[in-house]
Amino acid sequence: MSYSRKDLIGMIDLSKEEILHLLDTAEKFREINHRDVKKVPTLKGKTVVNLFFENSTRTRTSFEIAGKRLSADTVNFSASASSTAKGETLIDTVHNIEAMSTDIFVVRHAYSGAVKFIAENTKASVVNAGDGLNEHPTQSLLDMLTIKQHKGRLEGLNVAIIGDITHSRVARSNIWAMPRLGINLRLFGPKTMLPLCTDPFGVKICGNMEEAVEGADVIMTLRIQRERQGKLLIPSVKEYARYFGLNAARLRLSNNAIVMHPGPINRGVEISSEIADCGQSVILPQVESGVAVRMAVLYTLGTGQRGIE
Amino acid sequence: MGHGKEILSSEEMAGMITRMVFQVLESVRSSDNFGIVGIKSGGDVLARRIADEIAKHSGKKPDVGYLDITLYRDDLAQTQIADFPVVKGTEIGFDVAGRHIILVDDVVFTGRTVRAALDALTDFGRPSKISLAALIDRGHRELPVQPDFTGKSVPTALSESVQVNFRETAGADSVCIIKK
Repeated sequence: MSYSRKDLIGMIDLSKEEILHLLDTAEKFREINHRDVKKVPTLKGKTVVNLFFENSTRTRTSFEIAGKRLSADTVNFSASASSTAKGETLIDTVHNIEAMSTDIFVVRHAYSGAVKFIAENTKASVVNAGDGLNEHPTQSLLDMLTIKQHKGRLEGLNVAIIGDITHSRVARSNIWAMPRLGINLRLFGPKTMLPLCTDPFGVKICGNMEEAVEGADVIMTLRIQRERQGKLLIPSVKEYARYFGLNAARLRLSNNAIVMHPGPINRGVEISSEIADCGQSVILPQVESGVAVRMAVLYTLGTGQRGIE
Repeated sequence: MGHGKEILSSEEMAGMITRMVFQVLESVRSSDNFGIVGIKSGGDVLARRIADEIAKHSGKKPDVGYLDITLYRDDLAQTQIADFPVVKGTEIGFDVAGRHIILVDDVVFTGRTVRAALDALTDFGRPSKISLAALIDRGHRELPVQPDFTGKSVPTALSESVQVNFRETAGADSVCIIKK
């Protein structure tokens, strides 16, 4: 048995075998997305509720398409118009929707740990679609699937993650998962956006952009989340672009690197427009991989037998 | 090699496959407009063998594809399946629309795999005709499905299972009956 969990909450406690199982399954699902009839009857009769307590367009759409391609009934629930706004507790909301015979919840929440809390209080399977500053496991899986697709392997690759490491749940999921698969990770970003103590991560922290980029197989730039930290952590986006932005000159330090970004991009800030659109950029293939990964996760949770280790 | 009682040896299996190849060639006549699709796992190896033999006899190798029916099984949503259903992947590199497709499986049993395969195949296009070839027909049909070409009919009890071993995957060719 490769993945027998009820939920997918984070990459932190997944074994190498579990991660590889999900990636292998996702690789098989990629083919379905290229058919004329992009639909299989696998989850017919199952109900997947996208429970988004925080705004998101691409992740929600990706999960919605994934669910529909597996023939599940997908329902979107956004918190802004929900009963939580009227004072209902989080668990009451979940129990009410669960009472409508929901099989899988895909949850995004602004608070770290909220998704795990929900998972512990429902019999339905729960997928973390991003919780606060904690994790975004399906994004990590789609990152690794895209790298494998373009580099042919994962083990032994040098991956640089650049930007706001502290506030990035994508970075955190990758930091937990990638070293487990033999990837050498290096991190770089403004001091104000790096965790104070990086020892638990066991990854290399670079001193400047050139050191981070040189010889990397993959360069992953992160979005400056202006809505989260305001203007407190960097003097200006112009200065950020100058010291931490990926441009053509810096990309030349690593000939064969692919360029990734979890999106949405701030063009000209963390990545220059010419690099975002260049041949080495795999930003759109990442989006494509996202649907395959989410299909694999919904399939695995929706059909797997529970309790077998 | 499988365990249990061997009912077909390597030579007998080879002869049976050759006979099926001639039956298939007879049914498609001299038409080029046919393709072979094997159902994973087992039917894919047999489909490759049949295609290779057709190439030997007709001088032209037909298109071969492989179908994974895991996502089309009618017992997936019930979560009562015995094993975790691992997705093996479908590989059909040619257009099935308008073609005569020879669907190949190693054993035909309840007919549910074939039903799933027909659903899966028609999602790729509308073949002009689908024929079914199975090396072993062990009976106990639960759906009205009959193979057009059969290597051997083997009456079995429900408490038994039929295991087809191929040299490509098991090291040697044989067919065994296993008591559960």
